[in-house]
Amino acid sequence: MGFVLSEKGFEKLIRHLSDTYRLYAPVLKPGEGRFTDTDVVRYDFVKDSAEIELSKKSDYSFKEILTPLSETLFYFTEQEMKEADADEQPVLVFLRNCDLHALRRLDQIYLQNGTSQDWFYNRIRRNLSFALIGCAESCEDGFCVSMGANKNVEGYLFSIDQEDGKFLFDVKDFSLLPVFADLGNEAEVTPRFVTENKVQVSIPETVPNSIYQNPIWDEYNTRCIGCGRCNFVCPTCTCYTMQDVFYTENGKVGERRRVAASCMVDGYTNVAGGGQYRKSSAERMRFKVLHKVYDFRRRFGYDMCVGCGRCDMACPEYISFPVCINKLNRAVKEGQIHE
Amino acid sequence: MGKDINVKKLKKNAFRYSKVRNETASRVRIPGGVVSARSMGRIAEIAEKYGNGTIFVTNRQGVEIPGIDISNIDAVNRELQLIIDETKVNQDEREKGYPASGTRNIVACPGSRLCPFGCYDTTDLARKMDQAIFPNNLHFKVAFTGCSNDCAKVRMNDFGIIGMTEPQYNKDRCVGCEQCVKYCQKRSVGALKMVNGKIVRDTDLCIGCGVCVTYCPTRAWTRSRERYFRLVLLGRTGKVNPRLAQDFIKWADEQSVFKIVKNAYAYVEEYIDRNAVEGKEHVGYIVDRTGFDEFVNWIMKDVVLPEKAEVARRIYWEGKRYDRSNNLK
Repeated sequence: MGFVLSEKGFEKLIRHLSDTYRLYAPVLKPGEGRFTDTDVVRYDFVKDSAEIELSKKSDYSFKEILTPLSETLFYFTEQEMKEADADEQPVLVFLRNCDLHALRRLDQIYLQNGTSQDWFYNRIRRNLSFALIGCAESCEDGFCVSMGANKNVEGYLFSIDQEDGKFLFDVKDFSLLPVFADLGNEAEVTPRFVTENKVQVSIPETVPNSIYQNPIWDEYNTRCIGCGRCNFVCPTCTCYTMQDVFYTENGKVGERRRVAASCMVDGYTNVAGGGQYRKSSAERMRFKVLHKVYDFRRRFGYDMCVGCGRCDMACPEYISFPVCINKLNRAVKEGQIHE
Repeated sequence: MGKDINVKKLKKNAFRYSKVRNETASRVRIPGGVVSARSMGRIAEIAEKYGNGTIFVTNRQGVEIPGIDISNIDAVNRELQLIIDETKVNQDEREKGYPASGTRNIVACPGSRLCPFGCYDTTDLARKMDQAIFPNNLHFKVAFTGCSNDCAKVRMNDFGIIGMTEPQYNKDRCVGCEQCVKYCQKRSVGALKMVNGKIVRDTDLCIGCGVCVTYCPTRAWTRSRERYFRLVLLGRTGKVNPRLAQDFIKWADEQSVFKIVKNAYAYVEEYIDRNAVEGKEHVGYIVDRTGFDEFVNWIMKDVVLPEKAEVARRIYWEGKRYDRSNNLK
């Protein structure tokens, strides 16, 4: 059911919701960008409607709540172990269409990949609900339409769109209907979504193994600096690494942390004995691109990349992921002709 | 009729005494190194109309219009007015050109307007400084640079202002990728190391360059809200003892830096060699004479530094000395 709320109504709604939920939303952090006087939009807990950034796409994704950049899993002594405490209060996450699609990928990897589920992921996941931020127009770098991640009709408690100083909601959660009825007026509301992006990609259906030797990857050896921003901002990247830390003088007490990892950063494929599977940036780029638009699909039946375009926004070397996808597609097509 | 020119006045009016008789060059002041394209166009017009059609780009980010007939000074001054207006340089009297040349153009690197490493808007502060100290006939060189790279070469100035940021660390956003450690090592002083998966910053070694912030891929490192400055003193070029400016204050604030530079004028007024050639004596040589402590007494008058600030109690300059040991054979 749809509702229209005034700014005041929206303010009250957020205040009301924060009685039940911890609200996790994109927030503009002034001066916290890479460079002097530049901002960053990243997720944080909010209490007030004014804190929620509804226009700009966040630079970092909502996944930081589910797979924190750094998370202590448990503490250990010589004989005992205790899981780190977790806040069990329900969380309402404000996210966009592409991100809600990304959620499915995160769940796939942590809950439906093999026989067991990730206990720590699940512990957070089960407390999450979602509010969908509609997209009135395409963002600059997104290619969600190409990836089929531009629209959602379910999976959220309510959607939110801003129009002429009014706030529009498509409310799916019945328990919230009285709250909205109290704060605003009923109306026809469909969450906004885009049907066209400036950036478009074509994904190859199959990719031959010969693509490993294709020279399309070579340029990334000199261009990529291996900083991993593309992975850290990606709403679908799920890789992590472990830190076992001993912090007492006798070295017997400590904690295990898991921290976000990046397949572009040095050390990612290091194994015992000093082996390193993908040494060059070209190899890493190839692995990442194929994983996002091919390998994941071979295992789960749909592509991992949701086309949010954050990797493009974040790359300090102006390496474009969609441009690389299209290059891959062309290379595959040309290969087919030659065969 | 012979030309009767007051050369002292001509120089103070920011015209050059040229080796070519009856010729001069107009020294256009561009505080902070940024000038509108429109003003640059006007400078070009003056060069075409009164000069020899060339423009000399100076070391201190001004420009000189050479080849001007000495009898055209008044006309050039009138045409300079729009440029002076637009660059907002203080003036005593309109259409009379620049009222002084002793205090040199205030230099700035591109700073945070363009440069990824710049810790503040150097041009903005250079313009503010120009407003604060110009016009003045005393020979002062002040320069602003955005970070410790010192692209503006502020250590060759009497007063060099180097931008600093105090890196803020959010350990919950740190994934231990160690890029900050690597780039601090390679591009800066190597003040970071990883201990137990998190970063430890050697606060004594850290120069506040912000390289860690620039390279951090997760925003674990961010810049401090406060802008800080390293104030370096009394560098100079010249024939006797060219030397680099030395650190006086680390983690200084903007207000203190401005106060100190202004205070230095009173000190020089008091102690300058009255018999100095053309009344021009570098501040550093005066300090060599009065002693550093007396200089500090004057420049620190009414200066209230932030708690963080560290002040050098003694400074030793080295540099080049031309003397009889200067035998390169």
